[in-house]
Amino acid sequence: MRIAIASGKGGTGKTTVATNLAYVGSRNGRSVVYVDCDVEEPNGHIFLKPDLDGATPVGTLVPKVDESKCIHCGDCGDICQYSAIVSVGDAVLVFGELCHGCGGCSLVCPSGAISEVLHEIGEVHVGSTGPLAFAHGLLRVGQAMSPPVIKAVKAAAPAADLAIIDAPPGTSCPVIESVRDCDFLLLVTEPTPFGLNDLKLAVAMAREMKLPFGVVINRADLGDRETHLYCGNNDIEILTEIPDDRKIAESYSRGELAGEVLPGYRRMFETLLGRIDLRAG
Amino acid sequence: MKIAITATGANLEASVDPRFGRCACFLVVETDDLSFEAVENPNVALGGGAGIQSAQLVASKGVTHVLTGNCGPNAHQTLSAAGIVIVVGCSGVVRDAIEQYKAGQFAATGEPNVASHFGIGRRGGR
Ligand code: SF4
Ligand code: SF4
Repeated sequence: MRIAIASGKGGTGKTTVATNLAYVGSRNGRSVVYVDCDVEEPNGHIFLKPDLDGATPVGTLVPKVDESKCIHCGDCGDICQYSAIVSVGDAVLVFGELCHGCGGCSLVCPSGAISEVLHEIGEVHVGSTGPLAFAHGLLRVGQAMSPPVIKAVKAAAPAADLAIIDAPPGTSCPVIESVRDCDFLLLVTEPTPFGLNDLKLAVAMAREMKLPFGVVINRADLGDRETHLYCGNNDIEILTEIPDDRKIAESYSRGELAGEVLPGYRRMFETLLGRIDLRAG
Repeated sequence: MKIAITATGANLEASVDPRFGRCACFLVVETDDLSFEAVENPNVALGGGAGIQSAQLVASKGVTHVLTGNCGPNAHQTLSAAGIVIVVGCSGVVRDAIEQYKAGQFAATGEPNVASHFGIGRRGGR
């Protein structure tokens, strides 16, 4: 089973929920893998402290032009939908960070001047922490396209009965790439006007993608009741409410897992996992 | 000398558009007699690569200089590859900017003066 954890915005406690679910799952005799798809700012490793293998580079194929063969017909620039290649003056420029690696330009080039080379955009690491398997990826600084790295992290993650997919914040392409094949989507939110606004976007995404989903409200005793009302009015199940507890904040700031050091929270996350198991079959 | 200048409208009385890739209009001007061709910019709403496409467009017009407010790295690289001199920091009425340029009040820039995507989300045109 694959459970993805997402939130419309950052800082809602998504990683806290994801790492704790992975931890309690793996301590109850299941084979579990935690997959951190937030490749721009992975932080699951801070709490899970895995031993990691060496880096595997991830790249996309980008065109490389042999100027001596180029006849400056401009066909490559005309076919490219992303302005990633352009024939101008007596040069052909390639903008690797805009290229989607579709191969169109090398297909249309009449003189065979274009070959494809690997353009490294990030790396993937796999490892383990106790019985829990672990995978994460790192997008290289300055790179704009994280989906290929996310795809690579998911592909590299060791097989397990339960995969916990920690999605990046937001509702854009990288999130969709992360959650697309999950069996259940858990949306983490906070009961504030901003939190609710972003939750609505995340709910729209889940419905559009036809993913079964439920909500966890973090710092549930802060803020207002609007999020509860919204969920009630829209048939959205609130699976767990996590209180605004100083002890959680302290364990977080020490890089500890609440589910490991606080027995009450271990039970809370076990119950949450049990509920998801029931919903996702 | 044939130059392109980014403008908010299709005449010399329009303002200089500070954005290069997403300017409303390019005026291709013959500086000797101020005769010009107005080219509406088809790349205003392009998701990405507007600077590159716009650079290619003005290069196809055979200009030697571009006058604009700001120019990002991709547009700069493309214009430079086409051998076009880039002059940033222009503002005010197009006709005045051209006169000021002819009088030597602006210098060409060897580097992009804004980061990528500067022109996105700003108010365009009139
Ligand atoms: S591979 Fe596709 S996206 Fe990349 S430059 Fe060629 S045509 Fe453009
Ligand atoms: S399609 Fe090939 S020959 Fe034509 S401009 Fe591009 S690289 Fe040169």
